[in-house]
Amino acid sequence: MTQYSAFRLFREGLRGHKGWGKAWRSPTLQRAYDVVIIGGGGHGLATAYYLARNHGIRRVAVLEKGWLGGGNTGRNTTAIRSNYFYPESAALYDLSVRLYEGLSKELNYNVMFSQRGMLVCAHSEHDMEMATRQYNAMRLNGIDAELLTREEIRKRVPILNVSDTARFPVHGGVNQPRGGTGRHDAVAWGYARAADRLGVDIIQNCEVQGFVMEAGRCVGVQTSHGEVRAGVVGAAVAGHSSVLGQLAGYDLPIHSYALQAFVSEPIKPVLDTVVLAPAYGTYVSQSDKGGLVLGGGLDRVPSYGQRGNMPVQEGVIGSLIEMMPALAKVKLLRHWGGIVDVTPDSSPILGPSGVDGIYLNCGWGTGGFKAIPAGGYLFAHLLATGQHTDISRPFDLSRFKTGRLVDESAASGIAH
Amino acid sequence: MTSFRMPTGGLIDRTQPISFTFDGTAYQGFAGDTLASALLANGVRVMGRSFKYHRPRSVWGAWVDEPNAIMTVSLDGRDLPNCLATTTPLEDGMQARSVNAWPSAQFDIKGGLDLFHRWLAAGFYYKTFIWPDWHLFEPSIRRMAGLGAVSHDVLDGYMSDQIHDRCDVLVVGGGPAGLVAAVAAAQSGQQVVLVDDHPTLGGSGYQYDRIEDMDPQGWVAAQVQALTAAGGRLLRGTTAFGVYDHGLVGLAEAGPFGTAPRLWRMRADRIILASGALDRQITFANNDRPGVMSLFGAAEYLARYGVMAGRDIAVLSNHSFADRVTQRLTDAGARIVPVDPVTDTPRVIGVKTLKAIDTGTRTHPVDTVLVSGGVTPLVHLWRHAGGKLDWCDQRQAFVPGAAPKGMVAVGAANGTFDLEPALEEARGVGAAETTTRPSCSIKLTRLVPKLGTTARQWIDLQHDVTLKDIEMAARENYVSVEHLKRYTTLGMASDQGKTSNMAGLAAMAAVQDVALPEVGTTTFRPPFVPIPLETYHGRISGELRNPVKRLPLEARHRAADAALCEYGGWLRPGWYGSGDPKQHIQAEAKMARETAGILDGSPLGKIEVMGPDAEAFLNFVYYNTIRTMKPGQIRYGFMLTEGGIVYDDGVVSRVGQNRFIVSCSSSHVDGVRAHLEAWRQDGNDPDRIFVHDLTQHWATVTVTGPKARDLVGALGLEVDLSAAAFPHMTFREARFHGHTVRIARVSFSGDLCYEMSIRASQAERLWDAVVAAGQAVGAAPIGIEAMSILRAEKGYIIIGKDTDGETMPHDLGVSAPRDRKTAAYIGDRSLQSETAQEACRKTLVGLAVAEGDAPLVTGAHAITTGGSPRSVGYVTSSYFSPFLGHPVAMGLIEGGAARIGETIEVWHDGERRTATLCAPCFYDPDGGRLHAG
Amino acid sequence: MQIFTCPFCGPRDEREFHFVAEQGKVRPDTTQSVSDADWAAYLHTQRNEKGRVREVWMHTTCDEVFVMERHSVSMEVLATTALRKEST
Repeated sequence: MTQYSAFRLFREGLRGHKGWGKAWRSPTLQRAYDVVIIGGGGHGLATAYYLARNHGIRRVAVLEKGWLGGGNTGRNTTAIRSNYFYPESAALYDLSVRLYEGLSKELNYNVMFSQRGMLVCAHSEHDMEMATRQYNAMRLNGIDAELLTREEIRKRVPILNVSDTARFPVHGGVNQPRGGTGRHDAVAWGYARAADRLGVDIIQNCEVQGFVMEAGRCVGVQTSHGEVRAGVVGAAVAGHSSVLGQLAGYDLPIHSYALQAFVSEPIKPVLDTVVLAPAYGTYVSQSDKGGLVLGGGLDRVPSYGQRGNMPVQEGVIGSLIEMMPALAKVKLLRHWGGIVDVTPDSSPILGPSGVDGIYLNCGWGTGGFKAIPAGGYLFAHLLATGQHTDISRPFDLSRFKTGRLVDESAASGIAH
Repeated sequence: MTSFRMPTGGLIDRTQPISFTFDGTAYQGFAGDTLASALLANGVRVMGRSFKYHRPRSVWGAWVDEPNAIMTVSLDGRDLPNCLATTTPLEDGMQARSVNAWPSAQFDIKGGLDLFHRWLAAGFYYKTFIWPDWHLFEPSIRRMAGLGAVSHDVLDGYMSDQIHDRCDVLVVGGGPAGLVAAVAAAQSGQQVVLVDDHPTLGGSGYQYDRIEDMDPQGWVAAQVQALTAAGGRLLRGTTAFGVYDHGLVGLAEAGPFGTAPRLWRMRADRIILASGALDRQITFANNDRPGVMSLFGAAEYLARYGVMAGRDIAVLSNHSFADRVTQRLTDAGARIVPVDPVTDTPRVIGVKTLKAIDTGTRTHPVDTVLVSGGVTPLVHLWRHAGGKLDWCDQRQAFVPGAAPKGMVAVGAANGTFDLEPALEEARGVGAAETTTRPSCSIKLTRLVPKLGTTARQWIDLQHDVTLKDIEMAARENYVSVEHLKRYTTLGMASDQGKTSNMAGLAAMAAVQDVALPEVGTTTFRPPFVPIPLETYHGRISGELRNPVKRLPLEARHRAADAALCEYGGWLRPGWYGSGDPKQHIQAEAKMARETAGILDGSPLGKIEVMGPDAEAFLNFVYYNTIRTMKPGQIRYGFMLTEGGIVYDDGVVSRVGQNRFIVSCSSSHVDGVRAHLEAWRQDGNDPDRIFVHDLTQHWATVTVTGPKARDLVGALGLEVDLSAAAFPHMTFREARFHGHTVRIARVSFSGDLCYEMSIRASQAERLWDAVVAAGQAVGAAPIGIEAMSILRAEKGYIIIGKDTDGETMPHDLGVSAPRDRKTAAYIGDRSLQSETAQEACRKTLVGLAVAEGDAPLVTGAHAITTGGSPRSVGYVTSSYFSPFLGHPVAMGLIEGGAARIGETIEVWHDGERRTATLCAPCFYDPDGGRLHAG
Repeated sequence: MQIFTCPFCGPRDEREFHFVAEQGKVRPDTTQSVSDADWAAYLHTQRNEKGRVREVWMHTTCDEVFVMERHSVSMEVLATTALRKEST
């Protein structure tokens, strides 16, 4: 595999880019692996990478129904943050942010993690009290945070209408400077390339159609490319977790909803940070290319239809214009939808599935992208050792029986 | 500069000249021109720069497929970024500027970037900028990127009209096929709406000499006349931009320059797609140079605007349909050089002006190259709706296959490229006859991109994606069509691949040596063309976006100089008087303790629950036991979620054996009503329980304080207010000027308190009487902020402030039902979970600070001492109590109730303070004042 | 936007409706002993089928709760029935 660098780019430029190797191979599916990971999105690919790198397990297959990175990894609004209230969430998502911080160098692939800050607005004095609670929690969790006044926000985000004439005036907010955005495809591709280099087989267009069970334990999967034996199986198929569960025979506390995203035509820089305005239900950032990237809450109707619809568009876009009226004339370029796993506490599920031999990485709700490195890192540990780490343990499926939920929305009111 | 305008022809009005500027130079066009057609007519070629290499570019197409000519247009002080010159109708005084170029498109200082193109190939940024850090490079890349600039000035006029409509048949596209289909449908008695994105109907019809033996303008007029005569409606300048679930079609109707389009949400029983077709790009060396244009685009410029694309023209085409256009150009006086893109290896010579084309064997001096590599149906809406596409070898194009429900394609959109068969097909479909796709006369030689050449051959013009980029992507195994698109950014420009998609697929097919359909297609995502964000905004602005609920007494409060703020969706007095709010709030709270305060409590929930099963139902819905209540009694209680979390608190009044009033918190009324209804209907006999929300029918005036009895007594309600006759937690009905007034002795302040509810129409009368009676005892209105202090002094909670999404009733010290209630109730089993039984749960406590200390900060955290601090809870309410003369605070603290008397550390913003845990009640702990005899 | 048919009011905008739950869940009798697993299954487990689903919805403008059968991919509504008809 070719090492990427400015020097190499310079040399390849001179000789017509003929020397770049394949980013990943297109191997054929072998009969058996130590670990079979279902789902070639960010989490599945990262898991494969960390299995090989951290645990020396290289007989690993990643089975992807379509093209790698084609699910929610390639459909999200690329926000990365760890501005969480509960220590459990903060530990999980900040592991992710820290891994993201070194990811481009580690993978030798520029994932363009741009730490331009993640600002959550507070719209009333009561919101400010909650923002203070959130801010202090973040600081105590070891997360970088700033409690900003209205004036400070006005300076940082001049295009945001913070005045009292706004429907929801901005009284202040909490900023996480290390939050920001990344290039979603690059995260999938970077992990795929690095995992492939370590010997992982990434099999695209390979659909899992059933599970091979022996003496109550899952020992492999049936795929559109034939049967494959597996020492252990990891399912990382956000959006379709329940569908896979029905094939394997485990139940999940998950509902599937469409989450929509929107991007505008490129314009010159007007917005330097990610802004979330909870009262409006809209968040927005501007990509390096210049497009405004916006999103909002889940659709109202449970769905597996990967597409957008008008009520949410009107809500999200209409709110953006209320927040930033100067953007009213900018044109919407594209909108789309992804299917996300929604759990009762909006926190992920990591751990045993209840069927012996199958482990789960799912339930990421609307925030799976930011968690890819941590999700992969922790899931690899689970698959390699069968054991939780302290960071993944609170997210075990058993919490729904003990009642020990990790419900961030309950504490902070921040949308996931 | 020489004019390319024909002396006659086209739809423009030569009697109406229009002056405009482009990059500072003045030009003239005519009414009916677009910016692009007027510039072409003036001989202007360079109209923009490409996104990455800043290569000079002119127009490729004549309509929405244009990738290059993007401009910022100013008119009458309005500045619109990213306008397509090809679709912007020319207006007098327009000032257009190229985007992403400085000082002008003609002389762009960043034009030199093209020299470095070999290091800026697809995905170069993934391979570099890794060391030392992406953040070093990103700012300059951001500044380089982006098209037009947006000013921070807010333009008014973003209130778009929003119209809901329906019809039997919606025809998308007003070209010949669309018109005929619409007429046929209308004449067969259907309600028809025809939409077309041009201001002038007719589509490509003007490219023909005659249509059905008429001249095109006359023919179009005849169709329009027939359509309107049959009751059909026309929406010109209207783009069908997306098809959504349940057959909803989004239409954006353009208004005057700079105004928001009108959004139509149209539903039709049947959608006839007559959206036409576009030229396919051909890849050859320097095929992006100004003067290389779409052949059909050139035909449109001639037909609609009387503009010749050039004088010496090379035509590169691989199909028989090019001949018709070539003939028209020849008739109009152009000299044509045919070039075969299949056998020749053409190369364009010239940078900003095209000089010649080298076919590989000889060089032709030409000023223009017109390109058509096939005809591609526009099937975006078909795909939005879930229709399938079939590959057609003869046409070398994807054509509509299995149809989505309620949609049918006709004309060029269906691959019926010949005019006569298209009209016949459209007529049949319009009349709802079953039709099959007619045969097509097109003769087409398959075009295979010429790989491995040293020259650059463009595929995506705006994003500067070349054939070499595709070859490189394939070498690197980005072969899935979606990977190809994302890695190279092919088809992701603002034209959304309308020009580049097919050429890109053909390139990938060639690189992989497979048939084109095996490469697949990418998803067609709405909108069909970029539409302004404001289209979605509607008129729901300001308060309408999320309307506040208003009090019947709002006028009284305003007259009393109340500061009206939003609390739980209601606009309520926060305090009275202007100036420093804090002073007013403190004074109000003190007055309420010393004499009495008058509070507008109207938002308080008043949900009646009636029926023979009402008692059992509420006993199930409430954590507390309701069954043992007697008529006339009031009980405080919690509603829980099934997860055992406190959802709402409030009081229940038992009005009669089968009648209760649920007074939930002000901000929860809608939620509680829905909660009650869902349980009533799903799990109970709904004929034996009725839920009736009367919250907004009744106004509530609350009088709290030691003088409350005197005050209420002065109202002449003829109720014995003595403690013995009317104890705490009971209610009475009385009459006030002939109207029922319900008086409840409940208290949110901890003082003697009467809540008087009366029908909303009588609210002002009661309020006035209370305020007047208050003057005699030194009482006056207080706002919600003062009440918030009073209740905190007493340790009364506000759900969502002093509780969070983990709080269970026993965390608030209310554990009797959990321990003793035998009947089932919502959330009961969850209160026995492992988590519910933990000793370290966060429980409600009071927090006392040392004498003379300032109040704690609400939102500060309690922390562990020693080592690195860990949060063990937080301050939920904190105030200075003007009556007690010291701060009061409450918090949720781990194991708090068991740690009363302990001193803890409280952390805010890096600073530590201490506080002592105490019972959450700072005022009248033994209740003497509450029960006040 | 989708159009749902309230059995009480007729076809209306999807924004007037609120998803309540999957149809067919039965609350365990909590006056008897209920295991953690059974309670968790009642509280949290979803069938979440891809394809035909039966769900309980509320029409928030009339507060009528009803059963809707629909397709979770195509979003086609197959039937809506008043809840009380279901239970008798």
